[in-house]
This record gives sequence, C-alpha cells and structure tokens, in this order.
Amino acid sequence: MQLLYFGWVRTKIGSGRETLDPPAEIADVRSLVEWLKQRGDGYQEALQDLETIRVAVNQEMVDLDALVSPSDEIALFPPMTGG
Amino acid sequence: MIKVQEQDFDIGAELASLTDGNTSVGGLGCFVGLVRDMANEEQISSMTLEHYPGMTEKQLAALEAEARDRWTLLDVLIIHRYGRLEPGDRIVLVGTTSAHREAALESCHFLIDWLKTKAPFWKLEESDTGESWVAARDSDDDAADRWSDTATQSEQKKV
Repeated sequence: MQLLYFGWVRTKIGSGRETLDPPAEIADVRSLVEWLKQRGDGYQEALQDLETIRVAVNQEMVDLDALVSPSDEIALFPPMTGG
Repeated sequence: MIKVQEQDFDIGAELASLTDGNTSVGGLGCFVGLVRDMANEEQISSMTLEHYPGMTEKQLAALEAEARDRWTLLDVLIIHRYGRLEPGDRIVLVGTTSAHREAALESCHFLIDWLKTKAPFWKLEESDTGESWVAARDSDDDAADRWSDTATQSEQKKV
C-alpha cells in the first residue's frame, strides 16, 4: 500500500511517502489511520484529530468509511489551501 | 486548459492566447493571485507551495469541467504554480472567456473560490519567527459553499 503525506501531516510524520503492508483486517480508511497512529509519536501527533485530516484514495477525495486495499495509493493531508 | 508549473507566467501573453483568433469571444474574466507580504501581522519572507502531483491536475480539470457545465464558456485557463515564491510573485491565474461578461466573470469567481478548498495545495510561510503552515480558513469554505446555491447565478444553464 502506497501512503503519501502532505503539508503538516508530512512534516509531523517526517516522511512524504512510504510503502506499508498493513494487516489484512485493515479494510477502511478509519482503521488504517488508527493503525498508523500506533507506528510512532509523529504519526500519533499528525493524525490525532480526524476532523483536520483529509483523505484521497487513488487521487479521489473520500471519507473515513471508504474501503482500502493493498494496491491503493492513499494520501493523508490537512485541509487544502490553494489559490 | 490546466497548467501546474514551477515557473512564472506572463499574464498578457496567457490572456491573449485565450482570445487570439476567436472573434466569438465577447468577454474575458480573469483573476491573478499573488503572494502577500503580510500574514497574521507578520512579515513573510517566502511562501512554499506543496502539491499532490497527478491529483492536482485531475482536480483542476474537474473544476474546469464543472465551470463549463454551469456556464456557457468558450475557453478556460487555470495556471497554478508550486515551489518557493516570494512576496509579489504570481501564484495563480484563472481566465475564462465567453460571449458575454456575466458567464466570464461569474465562472472566474467560481473557479478561484472552489480552487481554494478543492485543489490539493498546501502553503508553508516563512517569516522571522520561523516556518508555519497556512491553515484553511472558514471564510474560504463559505466562499466555496455559496456556489452550491446555483439558483443565484444569472446565466445558469437549464438542465
């Protein structure tokens, strides 16, 4: 599973991209985020407030209940500030 | 047309390219966003724009398609820069052409409002006190949301 992080999610986690192999029971975004939070303090700090986290699966915006699979590209980031 | 690029753009040349050779254009709406020198009463020395390559282009293309669906437009141009910029630098250009001014001006306003909250860019500001990520503003959400009420638009296409 390809994980991408942007903005302060990236700086708190300390990496912009990684390939991870979550356990098979990780089936949706919410459980993936909970699993990621156990990987370290940076993850915990970046992902503690789900209200401030936006998620894209394969470059499409989704909500926390969206399903994920090992072949997906999943991006976690703060609310966007374009323009 | 969507352009996501690091380099600067020439406003005159870009706008001319939208209208040259097309005599059915009656109006061109345009917005140019620039890096301000102040943020939260602090002097900004630079702003670095990060984006999500691939998704950025897809999101901007979807915004263009939405604008073309809502208004009768002849052309749309969105240029958005990324990378390190300084106060006074151009960040974004939105240009829209139509036979009439309402469609051009309204669609341009719509695009820049939606782009603020729907295009995957993040801004890191640098000042004397260090670096800080620009937080999304509720006022930007409100500006984007008002376009959800399509009944207020003067040249809404009939479905």
